[in-house]
Amino acid sequence: MYKYTQFDTDFVRQRNAQFRTQIERRLNGSLTEDEFKPLRLMNGLYLQLHAYMLRVAIPYGSLNGGQMRQLAMIAERWDKGYGHFTTRQNIQFNWPKLPDVADILDALGDVEMHAIQTSGNTIRNVTADHFAGAAADELEDPRAYAELIRQWSTDHPEFQFLPRKFKIALCGSPRDRAVTRAHDIGLRMVKRQGLVGFEVIVGGGLGRTPMIGKVIREFIPPAELLPYLEAIVSVWNLLGRRDNKYKARIKITVHEHGIDKIRALVEARFALLRDSFQGNDQRLLEQIKTGFAPPAFKTRPLKAFDQHYGSNRVFRDWVDTNTHPHRNEAYAIVSISLKTPGKTPGDASAEQMRVMADIGERYGHDELRVSHEQNLILPHVHKSDLGAVHKALQGAGLATANIGLISDIIACPGMDYCALATARSIPIAQERQRGEKKIKTSERKRLDLQLFSSVSTESMTFSPFDQSTTPSPSPSSTF
Amino acid sequence: MARPFIDKVVTANDLREGDVVYLTETNNWTRHLSEAEVLQDEATAKARLAAGSGDVLKIIGVYLADVTAAETGPEPRHFREEFRRTGPSNYFHGKQQRAENV
Repeated sequence: MYKYTQFDTDFVRQRNAQFRTQIERRLNGSLTEDEFKPLRLMNGLYLQLHAYMLRVAIPYGSLNGGQMRQLAMIAERWDKGYGHFTTRQNIQFNWPKLPDVADILDALGDVEMHAIQTSGNTIRNVTADHFAGAAADELEDPRAYAELIRQWSTDHPEFQFLPRKFKIALCGSPRDRAVTRAHDIGLRMVKRQGLVGFEVIVGGGLGRTPMIGKVIREFIPPAELLPYLEAIVSVWNLLGRRDNKYKARIKITVHEHGIDKIRALVEARFALLRDSFQGNDQRLLEQIKTGFAPPAFKTRPLKAFDQHYGSNRVFRDWVDTNTHPHRNEAYAIVSISLKTPGKTPGDASAEQMRVMADIGERYGHDELRVSHEQNLILPHVHKSDLGAVHKALQGAGLATANIGLISDIIACPGMDYCALATARSIPIAQERQRGEKKIKTSERKRLDLQLFSSVSTESMTFSPFDQSTTPSPSPSSTF
Repeated sequence: MARPFIDKVVTANDLREGDVVYLTETNNWTRHLSEAEVLQDEATAKARLAAGSGDVLKIIGVYLADVTAAETGPEPRHFREEFRRTGPSNYFHGKQQRAENV
């Protein structure tokens, strides 16, 4: 994982100290709400229907056990004992009190976390494939590039007052697990003549005007990535509409002007910016990459796992549904479902956070991820530890075997919390989850096979749901 | 023809805690909708909104919300305001924890 430098630590501390005084000035009347609102939004603090909400950045969804445990502490000490993991791989606390927020931010700073640019018209938390660094089909770990983009975009002086928010996602595998075509910029890693680079997609998005992003550049080498991104954002910064917030996102700009015109403007701007980084970004990238070295993988026999898999149906169902192929065949990627039927999608209690932190530290090389599907990921678990992991998750109500199924539903907080929502979404998600329980297991397996086969033939191999029709030589070598 | 006036209350959120609050006849802020002052004409509503808006050290995001007068006090006309009155549906949090607030 990336480790803060002294510069990072000092930056976050100073920013927190600055915001502490801004909160004090708001509370004593020195700042009006109109003056304070943009300041609190830049630090991730919203006012929702029933309370303030603090959105904490989890860069590209990566965190360690210590950070997860600190989130649990914050949930218990300053909130109501739980947090909500989001589609941007962040976490939200729904009940903080304004006088406590500075202390919460300091507690985050203690574990190299913050809430900067999780709101406001800025470049938001960069998201990435939640299987990054572990996926069997990966060209290269995209997190080093995500971290480079995070550092470039944080407090970028030109991009603090954009027409609207701006979201970037990266994926390092042919199979897109970062929804790159539904982002303002999507970066899909590709290989050309032996060189890894990125296909650049622009103008995708969801919300009230869903758009599929368009390819603006088929290939950009890593050395030119930042200047090209800067060119895109600066073109949109001038061209994007500020007269109507619903028309301000870059997807509308691309739609109104056409991808050819946008491409021409970006290329012209890129020509001016191309050499402006003078290699500093590449030197930084090399430093960053050292933080993303793979863990020291364990070598252990798999016999006990194979026996447990063969004899315990509950465990087998969970393994089949909630694990994915790892680049190391003795390992698995574990998805912890935060979609327990009847519960709020994406929510975890402080106690559950601590359990996940413990499991991550003990069995997962101290790495956890938040997925954009609002689940938690243990990217590196040796298969011989899967039984212990499953048992620990069962004890915490976290062993629901439904990853990729209908009940694995993504749900925003909706009007239960959000002041911008137009309807409630949580009750609908809960109803859907309960509905899936009525589907018989055999039907569920058939349905899931159909879904997988329509998405990717690759997944068929990794989902040996029906052993009678899809024989697999050994479970330890098939997922 | 002018639309008939719909009764209103002045509502906001508490600056420090974020709780939903309502303006009372005595210029206090209550967490109980049943204790809110019901405004029955346009001029009074504007005046009370202005009065509430001046309380910048106590509240945030003040506005007028439509209500219907009932025996038990004002009732929200929009489901958004009903949600604000009762709290979220997924947890026994916020207002539900203090039933007397509902």
